[in-house]
Amino acid sequence: MKLNDEEKAILAGNMGNIPQWALQHQIAVGDFFGAEDFVPVTQAHIMADTESLGQAGVMWLEKLAATQGGQRHVRIPTITDPRGTDFAKAEMLKQTGWMLDLEQRAIDAFVKLGVSMTDTCINYQTIQAPTRNEAVAFGDTGVVIYSNSVCGARTNFEGGPSALSAGLTGRTPRYGFHLDGQRQATLRIRVDYTPRSLNDWGALGGVIGRLAGNYWSVPVVEGLDAVPGSDALKHFGAAMASFGSIALFHLVGITPEANRIEDVGGDKLPVAHRVGEGEIKAFQTAYAATDDIDVVVFSAPQLSLYELRDLANLCDGRNLVRPLLATTSPQVKPDADRMGYTARIEAAGGQVLSGMCFYQSYAREIAEANGWKRLATNSAKLVNILGGYGYVPMLASMERCVEAAETGKLS
Amino acid sequence: MKEIMARHAIGATVRGLALVADDGFSARYDLNRVDGIFSRPAHKLAGQSYVGKILVLDTAKGGVASAWMLHEMASRQKIPLAIVFNTVNPILVQGAAFSGMTMLAGFDENITAWVADGAMVEIDPARKLLRVL
Repeated sequence: MKLNDEEKAILAGNMGNIPQWALQHQIAVGDFFGAEDFVPVTQAHIMADTESLGQAGVMWLEKLAATQGGQRHVRIPTITDPRGTDFAKAEMLKQTGWMLDLEQRAIDAFVKLGVSMTDTCINYQTIQAPTRNEAVAFGDTGVVIYSNSVCGARTNFEGGPSALSAGLTGRTPRYGFHLDGQRQATLRIRVDYTPRSLNDWGALGGVIGRLAGNYWSVPVVEGLDAVPGSDALKHFGAAMASFGSIALFHLVGITPEANRIEDVGGDKLPVAHRVGEGEIKAFQTAYAATDDIDVVVFSAPQLSLYELRDLANLCDGRNLVRPLLATTSPQVKPDADRMGYTARIEAAGGQVLSGMCFYQSYAREIAEANGWKRLATNSAKLVNILGGYGYVPMLASMERCVEAAETGKLS
Repeated sequence: MKEIMARHAIGATVRGLALVADDGFSARYDLNRVDGIFSRPAHKLAGQSYVGKILVLDTAKGGVASAWMLHEMASRQKIPLAIVFNTVNPILVQGAAFSGMTMLAGFDENITAWVADGAMVEIDPARKLLRVL
């Protein structure tokens, strides 16, 4: 990679050991992908729940945070993805002391590195959405695909070590979705049905993710007859990223880079797939394993204020017989409290958790501790993840999930 | 013996048994990392141990957690020896760089058909070369 004078100085250790390590890591990744140079970035977003970090990752962070001399703090605004717990609700989840201890150690280390603990995977709704062509270094696939596709920003998937590196150096290797050519469509999809519910949007994202197949595919979608809102695109993108590892999509006439299909080269592609209501319903039916459910979860991504408002409306007057968990960001939670949504959900027997996400919170261990196996959710991303954790996840609308929490059965 | 070149490579030269499937890979979605086995029921390698194997798979799937998880798996010696992909996403590469794991990606053939399951394989990242011994 071509390095400028500042990068050569960082690599030589002139700014200290931490930026030196960070740039070395970035060069190793950049070399793999043939990056010619670095691109300056304005924000970084780190996924680093302690289930992923483990003891080894936390100890590595602590060692970094204890480093004396040279630059130790991040150079650009650097924020965090959901943590592995909501400390106020950890007992209810039956999380254990070692989990919370590890969590606190990770938080302490990040703070020493100058990282802002925002603990959210919906930073584009709550902290600061990136702007078109803004180069950023974001972790969490849902954040990346939304930022690239809906905001028109530029980022690759940046895993925790790489996002932290970007925060420390203020740059990232210029490859993948930082390049114009990579942002052109590679797969043209015609939809004959426009979803109305969040689970249907997630299912459509999941179907397209499976069809697209890998990180370098860029689906362009035509045929939608209504403009989806931010929450719909949140579920659509998160599911597409989850099922297909996709980082960028275009919706013709909706997303900023595809005002016309020819803007992203889609006119040169044949229609590779048509997706209708049947495919979207079949995607969800495939998860309908049983009527009985043990727990209902709304998470992945964290809920917006509007989603919590809808959930509060659905919970009014009900007496839930199964646990119902809803996760949101620490930015949204105070508003949900202030507007009474939290109280209404919890009056019915639900729980609103802040700053965490269900699957990042020792999902396997809390399943065993609580006897949770059959799980209902309106998140297509969550059903994709939780199968590997031993759950039987089922995908349904928010309405049906709330009814299931009241009756114990998913109708 | 036969050889094939990759377009992308990272890590040290390794030699081991290949565990092959026309399927994807995500440390979070697909693995029981405590037991060192593929755990997602729908995965074509469900129930099989990945520890010390050279995984030959189609593509990287899922989220960003794998970057940390490969490092954590390496700390407990519950990690594949190497992973070989037809296509890879940045997360697995970042994880390989962070954990010191060997990785190859990008071939002119479908690598999951080119390497037989159970074959003895050598990977030479410096030459971007995969050799079936």
